[in-house]
Amino acid sequence: MSRDMMPHFELYQPDTVENAIDLAKRIGEGAWIMAGGQDSLDWFKDRAKRPRAVIEITGIQGLSGIRETAEGLEIGALTTLTEIENSALVREKYSLLSTAAGRVASPQIRNIGTLGGNLCQDARCWYYRSGVNCYRAGGNSCYADTPQGLNREHCLFGASRCVAVSPSDMGTASVALDAQMVIRGPDGERVVPAEEFFIGPATDIRRMTVLKPAEILTAVRYPKTWAGAKFYFEKVADRNTWDFALVSVASALRLEGGTIREARVVCGGVECVPRRLKAVEQLLVGSPQSDEVGRLAGTTAVRGATTLNFNHFKVPLMENLVRRAIRDA
Amino acid sequence: MTYKLIGKNFTPPDVVAKVTGEAKYAEDFRVEGMVFCRLLTSPMPHARVKSIDTSEALKMEGVVGVLLPEDVTPVPAPNAPILTMEPLYVGQPILAVAAVDETTAQDAIEKIKIDYEPLPFTVDPLQSLFPGGPNARSDGNVGAQGLELQTLKWTAADFAQAGESKLPLGKPAEEWAFGDLEAGFAKSKVVYDESFVTASNSHHSMEPRSALAYWQNGKCFVHGSTQSQSFVVPGLAQYIGIKPEELVYISEFCGGGFGSKGSAYPCMAIPALMAKKINKPVMMRISRAEEYYLGSARNGFQGRVKLGFGADGRLLAADLYIVQDGGCDNGFWDFRNAADALNIVYNPVAMRFRGVPVYTNTPSRTAQRGPGENQIACILEPLLDKAARDLKIDRLQIRRINSPNLQTKVGEDRRTITSAFLSEALVKGAARFKWDERKARSGQRKGSKVTGVGIGQAYHPAGFNGFDGLVRITPDGKLHIHTGVGNLGTFSHSGTARIAAEVLKCDWENCIVERGDTRKHLPWNIGQFGSNTSFTMARTNYVAAMDALTKMKEIAARDLGGKPDDYDVDGRKVFAKGNPGRSLTYAAVAQRAIELGGKYTGKELPEDINPMTRASATALAGSGLIGVAKDTLPVGGETPAFAAAFIEIELDVETGKHRIVDFLNVGDCGTVIHPMGLETQLKGGSVQGFGLACLEHIIIDPQNGLPGNVGLYQAKPPTYLDIPEQMHADWVDKPDPTSPMGTKGIGEPPMGAAASALLCAISDALGGYVFNRTPVKPDMIINAAAKRPMSHKPLQVNTQ
Repeated sequence: MSRDMMPHFELYQPDTVENAIDLAKRIGEGAWIMAGGQDSLDWFKDRAKRPRAVIEITGIQGLSGIRETAEGLEIGALTTLTEIENSALVREKYSLLSTAAGRVASPQIRNIGTLGGNLCQDARCWYYRSGVNCYRAGGNSCYADTPQGLNREHCLFGASRCVAVSPSDMGTASVALDAQMVIRGPDGERVVPAEEFFIGPATDIRRMTVLKPAEILTAVRYPKTWAGAKFYFEKVADRNTWDFALVSVASALRLEGGTIREARVVCGGVECVPRRLKAVEQLLVGSPQSDEVGRLAGTTAVRGATTLNFNHFKVPLMENLVRRAIRDA
Repeated sequence: MTYKLIGKNFTPPDVVAKVTGEAKYAEDFRVEGMVFCRLLTSPMPHARVKSIDTSEALKMEGVVGVLLPEDVTPVPAPNAPILTMEPLYVGQPILAVAAVDETTAQDAIEKIKIDYEPLPFTVDPLQSLFPGGPNARSDGNVGAQGLELQTLKWTAADFAQAGESKLPLGKPAEEWAFGDLEAGFAKSKVVYDESFVTASNSHHSMEPRSALAYWQNGKCFVHGSTQSQSFVVPGLAQYIGIKPEELVYISEFCGGGFGSKGSAYPCMAIPALMAKKINKPVMMRISRAEEYYLGSARNGFQGRVKLGFGADGRLLAADLYIVQDGGCDNGFWDFRNAADALNIVYNPVAMRFRGVPVYTNTPSRTAQRGPGENQIACILEPLLDKAARDLKIDRLQIRRINSPNLQTKVGEDRRTITSAFLSEALVKGAARFKWDERKARSGQRKGSKVTGVGIGQAYHPAGFNGFDGLVRITPDGKLHIHTGVGNLGTFSHSGTARIAAEVLKCDWENCIVERGDTRKHLPWNIGQFGSNTSFTMARTNYVAAMDALTKMKEIAARDLGGKPDDYDVDGRKVFAKGNPGRSLTYAAVAQRAIELGGKYTGKELPEDINPMTRASATALAGSGLIGVAKDTLPVGGETPAFAAAFIEIELDVETGKHRIVDFLNVGDCGTVIHPMGLETQLKGGSVQGFGLACLEHIIIDPQNGLPGNVGLYQAKPPTYLDIPEQMHADWVDKPDPTSPMGTKGIGEPPMGAAASALLCAISDALGGYVFNRTPVKPDMIINAAAKRPMSHKPLQVNTQ
């Protein structure tokens, strides 16, 4: 049990994205790209992840800031969550995002933590975080999905050896807003839809996103299709700050004369990725925004949920949150 | 009674340093040549260390030495060892490595090879009590302070008869009873037989238990983090293997303890022992994560209580059985306190208590604010509401009808109590909270939110006796109050010093509180724990001040004529009552005491004082007028303190989240010493209570003994956003007759009262649903509201 004593590592503080990528490529497997450090430093202190070299990217100009573009909104990956929470532009047109940002962790962490860091953060399964050699850590077992596992926070959907959930509040909101993730790497730039950015254990049990080594998430684009829509975000956690979601919900609705014309509904804390509820969205389109429709949406949302010993409360919680995301939006 | 200082707010002398950051805590000190040490802790919940190979580590540059189990003072089992070859929980220290810096020490730890033989382990007392079940210790599975270490197994029939949902009533390790239990149940209108589980939770001391130690001129100097000062010295000296007078102990500031730093604890001796071995000063900084292993936790319970109420709501019979999850060694006797709490708060006509403290392969447990009393409040208060509901009695009334009074007796030996104004606290609180109006709102639903209201009560003993007081008036006219109490954060070191100032009528500006360092020559005092100081130290400071007062009058009579009784004091002068002009200043009296020598200046001392007090008084002898005495004031029985809390919440039945709409906590705390400090205790305890009720819960994995809460974000103490913006506090302010000025301690009951009030309100909002398990977290509320089964089996151990 080694805890709270960071080992030595090489520290690089590049000033351009190109330099950062070059460094990461050159260093190879022992390289670790770090932004605000709110996820990384815990790993280092626990010595559970031990990079040879840390590439700290917060000194790179141009990776932070909130810009309105012809297509919508572009937010640099290094923009702090506090900036997003307080941005007048975001609050006016994409309040789902500012609301979600304001529910991440605590004010102190939001002052340092970045959008990119929140989206790229690793799983919060307490076994994995303890440094045990589970599947996600490269081992050959899962401690949470067992007859005795303590798995209150774990998933209802998409289990595949690992039952961890997506901890990213910004991920839940970003998928609901059809965000596009701008990624730069040794092979240049690629843009990936948020829904595809997050990956489950069946795709790659060692990673939470499609980011490959030496790739950096540089910005997130939010298309204007959802600007000014009806939004709802709610995160239920044990504590009202500095806590991860037990279940969260993000919805975006476009209505015409009381009828829902377009909808996005996404839940966090129920799967290893933000879970977009396409069946719910189908149900909503063409329906009135009513409690009854919300109730049906809730019932639809939890269909197929597989519970573990301690997490079956997530079924009614998810059901209720989806219902509220329609009823109370 | 009007006092000059008592009952008035004041600024404690150490508060500015605390809020400006100037205060130096243990880890802020630096000594020339100091090195750092880190601990190698067990990765297994129970193992035998077969071999240790430190050769690679010792070869590393910057590594200075290692401290092994064989190097440390043996501690008799089942008390916690300093270092061990048989670790009993994940995280228990096995050895320490000293190096020029902590990173090097930690790197060296990774080079140490240890061969472990895994041993059977358990994290569940009921599993250990089952026939053939594993014992947490190789020397037994049951024991506690005052109860011999033993192996105790219940029979298979005990378990089979109880089934899955009731606590088996196997052979207890301890029991007591009074009254006719069966007759009580027979007469009862309603009888409940409820099994329950309460959680372990961490103390969350903001200052982890770091320590610095070095040896100089035959003495060992330790800067530590403890709630207590003098009380720590004998225990710590014993851990280090020296005489108490060979230890210089400095703990001027303590960043929180909540019971976990009341006495000396084993790991604080490690730097001293390492320093001796390597002949260098050693700093051991304990990290936040390590604090969760080394900092202890509250004991968890698996229990069963049978309660019989008469038609009028009177508790006629109570039968309590508690299985305590006591961690891996002798920690604290919460289980016994829980029984006393039931006895004192509800004053049952007949009662039986049975208990078994069981060891588990989990971190040590120790007292935490209201140890036992606060857990049981969380269980019993909602059951009281259940009885009120079934008997159609108001919830305030059922509490008042059972309230303790001066006829209340405690335990099988029927001990008396000295004061009890819980009923008054209930009445005062109900009026201020407008209970009758509020309860009409119970169950009102607005959307998904349901209003719940609740009352909670709790108790804790409020004082001890028999310790020493030491005061000194110096020739500059200042009153020095030497106090061996600690600096837990309640400022009672100064609050109780004002008792001495009050006796001598001194202005507070002319008082100096001497504390926090054995070199300040401190008396033998009990530790600052158990909310006792406002009583215990009021008595010691009173008797020392009275001794000084007597001596001052004697000197005045000797120098100015007449009899000592002809004289009085006004804070600056001792003067003749009939002729105030005939007087000596305090400065002059102090000077005369020095000249007169003997008892006046500490050269002759009372026979009955503790050797520590004697040594301190002797060191101070000749420096002024010395007042020193042992507290031999009359003792009238146990002195209890109580709190009654009132709460209104909104419970969102769709999310399981509650919001506290309004809250009031009323203390029965005797005479108020320091209103601002009292209010902080009442409100601060309440915040901790909300955590106990609904958030905090240590997790230990049953598969490998791994602790799940090793950070504040995992252990989840309440944040500002989890508590009401405004809380209210009030008090009864009626004196306890056995305290010289009526004061008694109040630190602990506000927590249990707040916790149980909140739980009662949640049950109220859910139409009377009783959980019988704490903490009640959103998942449990969602399941209850959705009429789904709970995830936990009824008696599933508290750490899951």
